[in-house]
Amino acid sequence: MALTYQAIATVTVGSGGAASMAFSSIPATYTDLLIKISARHTTSETSNDILATFNGSTSSFTARRLYGDGSSAASDTNARTIGLTVGASATASTFGNSEVYIPNYAGSNNKSYSADQLGETNATLAYAILNAGLRSDTSAITSISLAPASGNFVQYSTATLYGIKNTV
Amino acid sequence: MPTPTYNCIATTTLSSAQSSVTFSSIPGTYTDLVVVIQAFWTTVPSNMYIYMQLNSDTGSNYSTTILSGDGSSALSTRFSNRTNMNMDYAATLVDEEPTQRNINIMNYSNTTTYKTAIWRSNRAGAGTDAMVGMWRSTAAITTILFDLEAGDYASGSTFSLYGIKAE
Repeated sequence: MALTYQAIATVTVGSGGAASMAFSSIPATYTDLLIKISARHTTSETSNDILATFNGSTSSFTARRLYGDGSSAASDTNARTIGLTVGASATASTFGNSEVYIPNYAGSNNKSYSADQLGETNATLAYAILNAGLRSDTSAITSISLAPASGNFVQYSTATLYGIKNTV
Repeated sequence: MPTPTYNCIATTTLSSAQSSVTFSSIPGTYTDLVVVIQAFWTTVPSNMYIYMQLNSDTGSNYSTTILSGDGSSALSTRFSNRTNMNMDYAATLVDEEPTQRNINIMNYSNTTTYKTAIWRSNRAGAGTDAMVGMWRSTAAITTILFDLEAGDYASGSTFSLYGIKAE
């Protein structure tokens, strides 16, 4: 029976930290991509966005987000956001978690993605974010870079890229 | 090699406009189901809802609770005693950009409990929805119909059904 859900690559940030976590030379042999992210960054803040770069480009991204912060819910249009990372002011040893699903990444349509982004830290303020993202570009996605909106990722931040194949 | 626990049961990419898509003869050999849809509508202007109906049951046995954001405000609402499940609220179907649905259907083949599903519906140009739905039937799910409020799915729309095994 065909394997439909396989890890393509994993990035783990080392002791020096990293400005980004990136996947390159993504094969076109799957149908969909799934990224699972665990991240913390260096800036003295409770949390921030992880921003996406597809195929080396930061342009043509749009988004609609729905989020709650522990006391109220709201919605915004913060483009390029794809994940959430907690900052140096967050509770020690906590990391933000995100899951991103990109269907038909190698197809000829514009590329949509669905992201669930969480930053629970046992503090008063913590974000849970649902994100509808789009990059208006018809090229196959061959590389993805993830970067915190400020600072660098700290050691032990991880991102794993999975391929999902719809072979029956 | 370990036994694969996540398998594709069926998939379709529309080669022409089509008013609905059905997965039938779904085997009862998995624990949960996942459906991934990336769809377009055919006509401008648009803003069509997708509906899900199970085992061809047209009775008023479906309910849905919705959490939705359109980029400026958030809301929650619900539909009860419907003849199908609304699969989107803000993230309606259009022709000019892909809309995406990731649907999880739990314990679909048991014959003891009512069936529930949770899903996300997304369109970056309109909104994002987190939804939960229930079908008040204890029957095992063997058929899933994705219907439209009106019109057709456009050519190039994709529908994939996956099965997840708990063992």
